[in-house]
Amino acid sequence: MTNSPATISSKLMAALRHAPAIAAAGMVAYAIADGGYIVTVVGFGLIYTIFVAGLNIFMGYAGQTSFGQNAFAAIGAYASAVLTATYGWPPLLAALAGIVATAICAFVIGYPTLRLKGHYLAMATLAIGLIIYEVAVQWQSVTNGYMGISGIPALGIGHYELLSDRAQLIFLAIMAVLSLAASWLLRHSRFGRALVALSGSEDAARALGINVRQYKLTAFIISAIYASISGTLFVHIVGFISPEMIGMNMVILAFTMLYVGGIGTTTGPLIGAIVIGLLPESIRSFKDYQDLVYGAALILILIYAPGGIASLDQVVKKLLRTKAPAKEVAP
Amino acid sequence: MSITTGNILEVRGLTARYGEVTALRSADLDLKEGELIAVLGPNGAGKSTLMRSIVGLTSASGDVRFRGELLPRNAAAVAARGIALVPEGRGIFGPMSVEENLQLGAYMINGRGEDYERRLSRVLTLFPRLKERLSQAAGSMSGGEQQMLAVGRALMADPKLLLLDEPSLGLAPKVTAEILETLAELNRSGLSVLLVEQKAPLALKIASRAYVVVNGRISTEIDTKEITSHDQLARYYFQ
Repeated sequence: MTNSPATISSKLMAALRHAPAIAAAGMVAYAIADGGYIVTVVGFGLIYTIFVAGLNIFMGYAGQTSFGQNAFAAIGAYASAVLTATYGWPPLLAALAGIVATAICAFVIGYPTLRLKGHYLAMATLAIGLIIYEVAVQWQSVTNGYMGISGIPALGIGHYELLSDRAQLIFLAIMAVLSLAASWLLRHSRFGRALVALSGSEDAARALGINVRQYKLTAFIISAIYASISGTLFVHIVGFISPEMIGMNMVILAFTMLYVGGIGTTTGPLIGAIVIGLLPESIRSFKDYQDLVYGAALILILIYAPGGIASLDQVVKKLLRTKAPAKEVAP
Repeated sequence: MSITTGNILEVRGLTARYGEVTALRSADLDLKEGELIAVLGPNGAGKSTLMRSIVGLTSASGDVRFRGELLPRNAAAVAARGIALVPEGRGIFGPMSVEENLQLGAYMINGRGEDYERRLSRVLTLFPRLKERLSQAAGSMSGGEQQMLAVGRALMADPKLLLLDEPSLGLAPKVTAEILETLAELNRSGLSVLLVEQKAPLALKIASRAYVVVNGRISTEIDTKEITSHDQLARYYFQ
C-alpha cells in the first residue's frame, strides 16, 4: 500500500502539531532523568505552566485581559507561607485555605470589575496587582514586608515530605499535566465553547442564551485558582516569599510565555513556560549580548509564529503555500 | 400576564436611544403565528436597532410580547423562550469548527443527546454544504457558507421565532437567493420569521407583509402583494 502525497502531508502536519508539546515534555523528562541545575529551571517552568494555563483560560479562551493575575498568585503564596511558617499548619491544609481565600477574593474583585471591557478591564486588573503588591509590602506584621517570609516547609503529607529536587520535579510535572488536562476538558466542554463564543462576539453569545457576565466571572475565578495553586507550589519549593517575587515582572513573564507558547491552545502554556525558562540558559554563551539575543529570539518567534510555537504546523503550512508555484489558470 | 391574540410577536412603543440619539421611536409591530414578514428601510434607518431591542441586546423602553407573554429585557432569557437571532454580520465564531458553532446553537440542550442529533440532521439536510465542512474552522469558509452556518446555528435552537438581520449582506445574488429560498421553505413548514433586509425586492418576494422603517420610525405597513413596481416601493421610502 502506498501513501499519497496528501496523506503524507497530513501526517506531517499532525506530527508538527504535536511536536512542540512533545519536545517540551521531553525536556521535562530529561530534567527528571539528568538531575542537576536544569531541575531548578524546568521546575520553575512547570510552576509557570500552571500559572499561564490559568491566564490562558481567561485570556485565550474567554478573550478577556488581565494584568492582575499576580495578585492571586500572591494570595495563594502568602496564605500558604503565613499559615505554615507562622501558624504551623500542614502545607496541604494551608494550600486549600489559600485556594478558597483566592476564589473568594476573585469573586469579590471580579463581580464589579468584569463590567468593564477592553483597555478599562486591563487597567482595573493592573490596579488589583499593584494593590496586592502594596499590601504585601505594607502589612509587615503578617508578611514581614520586603524582608519576606522564610522557613516555609516543603510540600508533603504527614511525615512524607518532598525534599529531593527530583521528587519535587516529578510532583510539579504531575501538577502541570493535571492543570493542562483540566484546561483541555474545560475547553471542550459546554462551558469552554461558551467562553470561546463570548470571546468572538458577546452579543452573538448572548443571543444563543449564554449568560456572558456569569461565564466571564467563572473564568476569572478559575484562572485565579490556577494562579493561587502556582503561588502555593512556588513558596513550598523555594521555601521563601517576598513582595518582589509577585510583582509586575511575574505578569510580564507570564504574558511572554502565553504568547510565545500559543494563546488559546491547551499545550501553549507548557511550551511557552519551558521555552522562556530555558532560553536564557541556552544563550548564556552570548555573554554581554545575551539580552539582545533573548529579545531578538522573542521578536522572531512572534513574527514568524504569531499563533505561538504550538501552531508550528500552521507556520509550516503557510511557508509551503508561499513556496508552492502558482497553479496555471486555464484561459 | 398572558394576552392571546394569535400573534407570536407584538411590539408596542419600542424606543431605543444611543446616548443623545434616538435610534428607534415608538415602534409598533405585529407578527402572526407562521407568518414571514420583512422590515425594510434605508441604511441607518433603525432596522437593526429594532431587531436588537426585540431580543434584549439593546436596552429599550416599551413592550415586547411573545405569544402574549411580556419578554424580559435580557438576551439570554429571550433565547430561552425560543427566539433565535441571526445577527447582522453573521456573528459566527471563526476559530471554532462548524460543528462547534452548531453545538453552540443548541446551547440550551447542552449540544448533545437525541434531540441534538435530530436538530443537527435537519440543519445538515437544509444545508448539505455544512456537512462536508463540519471539522473546518468556521472563519475559513466563504461568506455564503458562513451565512448558511449562521442560519443553521440559529435553527439548532429549534426556535419558534427566527429573526434575521440583513442575511444578504456581502453575498453574491445567487447565494442570497438560495438562502432566502431556504427561509421561505422554513416558513412554509410553520416557522415564524422576521426578516430585516435592505435589499427590498428580494425580501418582498418571500414576505407576506412588510414594515418600512425611516428615520427610526415605522412609517408604513404594506401588503407585499400590492407592490408591483420599484417606483411604488420607493414612494414608501420617501413619503
